[in-house]
Amino acid sequence: MATPDLSCIDLTRRFGDALAVDNVSFEVPAGSFFSILGPSGCGKTTIMRMIAGFLEPTSGDILIKGRSVLDVPPNKRPVNMVFQHLALFPMMNIADNIGYGLRRKGLGKAEIEKKVEEALERIGLPGIGKRQVNELSGGQKQRVAIARCMVLEPDVLLLDEPLGALDLKLREQMKIELKSLQHAFDTTFVYITHDQSEALVMSDTIAVMNAGRFEQMAGPEELYHRPETAFVAGFVGDANIFKGEVVRSSGHDVELRTEHGTHIKGVSLLRDIPEGRSAEAYVRPEAIHLSRTADDVAELDNALSGKVEQMLFNGAASRIRIKAEESSETIEVGLPQSGRFDGIRPGQTVNFGWSDKQGNIFETGGKE
Amino acid sequence: MTSGRSLGFYLLLAPVLLWLLLLVIIPHIDLALVSLRERVGVGQYAFSFANFLTFLNEPLYLVTFARTAVMSILATFITLIVGFPVAYFIAKMARGKLQPILFVLCLVPFWVSELVRTFGWMILLRETGIISSLLQWLGLVNGPVELLYNDAAIMIGLVYTSMLFMVVPLVTTLSTLDDSLIEAGYDLGGSSASVFREIIVPHAMPGIVSGCIVVFMLSLGNYLTPIMLGGKDSLWFTELIYSQFIVRFNWELGAAFGFMLLFLSTAIVWVALKLTGQSLEKTMG
Repeated sequence: MATPDLSCIDLTRRFGDALAVDNVSFEVPAGSFFSILGPSGCGKTTIMRMIAGFLEPTSGDILIKGRSVLDVPPNKRPVNMVFQHLALFPMMNIADNIGYGLRRKGLGKAEIEKKVEEALERIGLPGIGKRQVNELSGGQKQRVAIARCMVLEPDVLLLDEPLGALDLKLREQMKIELKSLQHAFDTTFVYITHDQSEALVMSDTIAVMNAGRFEQMAGPEELYHRPETAFVAGFVGDANIFKGEVVRSSGHDVELRTEHGTHIKGVSLLRDIPEGRSAEAYVRPEAIHLSRTADDVAELDNALSGKVEQMLFNGAASRIRIKAEESSETIEVGLPQSGRFDGIRPGQTVNFGWSDKQGNIFETGGKE
Repeated sequence: MTSGRSLGFYLLLAPVLLWLLLLVIIPHIDLALVSLRERVGVGQYAFSFANFLTFLNEPLYLVTFARTAVMSILATFITLIVGFPVAYFIAKMARGKLQPILFVLCLVPFWVSELVRTFGWMILLRETGIISSLLQWLGLVNGPVELLYNDAAIMIGLVYTSMLFMVVPLVTTLSTLDDSLIEAGYDLGGSSASVFREIIVPHAMPGIVSGCIVVFMLSLGNYLTPIMLGGKDSLWFTELIYSQFIVRFNWELGAAFGFMLLFLSTAIVWVALKLTGQSLEKTMG
């Protein structure tokens, strides 16, 4: 197998007594888009700063193209970083910004000019070299920040939540653009974010990080459909969480009785949960079938009916809150905007259900 | 509503206008008139450029004038060299409580008057002073050494007196420099020297220029420090003005000297702004 562009081995970083990064190991194959997804303060920025060379790991090793870079200062490492607020130099124009790293390498003037112009063309902004940084829009700055790194042809490009400062519309657009820029430059991207949608759309592999550790490392679809831990199930996508007690368990199949008395059938893919233990079931609102008639959902493993309590209109992500009839459990269910459910109003009775594969069950307090 | 607001605006503006008019404009107009007259008899004056011609024709005046300018520029430059690392440390390296403590330490010398501060230097530098005694005690010199009354002593005094006025604007501009810009400079392959030259200095330029202007003007117009630390041989232009006004009672020539100093500082500041490509609005705003 080819040497991965980046590998971190047992990476640990302490700040005083606090353990920011706890024994993290991962490999990023060449040319792939790797994301570290986690809430703020989970240690993801610490990992990135260690890779860039601004922080020293307490222990562990960082290899780039198979070679340890621990002794290499940040200005000599074959990695470049797109900063959270981009850090374009306001005292220089765009061409000088992009040419900064090339000047440091000691390239000739003509060559720098050529490379800068090429880079500008690649990001779709030819001829803006003479402009000042503050004359550009947010999206243009973004692309210039990437071009400024890419002219140096780094082995790995680090991106530290670069889309955080953009407005929603532009962020959606830049997600797609970043992915295609990554393809165009054919470089390994390591992307840090707390926004699960950014990670899901762009990444080949996502590592979900919590409290200094990697909870799960997988492709976007697997992460979404088959979360390995309760944290991943709760952090990636939304979910209805049912707390309860395991009343039946055979292999992967688990049945849970919630505090309200509803029986929920689900799966526990990694561990067997013995009967009598407390557990949580995670069911995504968009994985629940909604119907006006009971027959439609009768053959699903979990079939319930209830009264619509509240409409949560949010365009494509619209939902309704339903109070289940027998147990008065409140469940959020995705409301497709295909026209079929246009007439639904609070107070009406609806039927809904989901197959057991859609309900991931995790033992609570059992782990670790 | 509009008239009420404009009344408030003028009331707020009034002190500034009064200050400008009473303390800056009127005295200067009067000084200008005084400088442009010549005493032709007892209580009789005539319009003339004689005072300015006296200034131009007397080498001692011209030499002192040039000396004051050069020394002030040098003092400004040294203050910048010494002040920049101090400001950088306060603004960028000091963390938490250390930052305000260091800032106050810069301020401490200003709790006593300039006179007392200068006496402090005299105690250190004079023939029977602390440094001289220490050198003798260490056996490095045979007899007492006089460190006072030379240009180096003036320079030390000027730099020391102006330090705060350089450090404050520098700290202000440097603390607005985003750390990530410095990190980006290193990340893209920059060395400490190139990050300093291409990122830190251009960012700090407004602070550097405004600090330099203030320090230069303070040095040029300084009177106490050159007199006390420089002794008889080290003439400073303000001394000449003082002696014309107070000792010789020649207000006409003193006023002319005053105007020459004003022209000099204006010209040098203007040239400095042009050379650095800065504007007064940019550095003071």
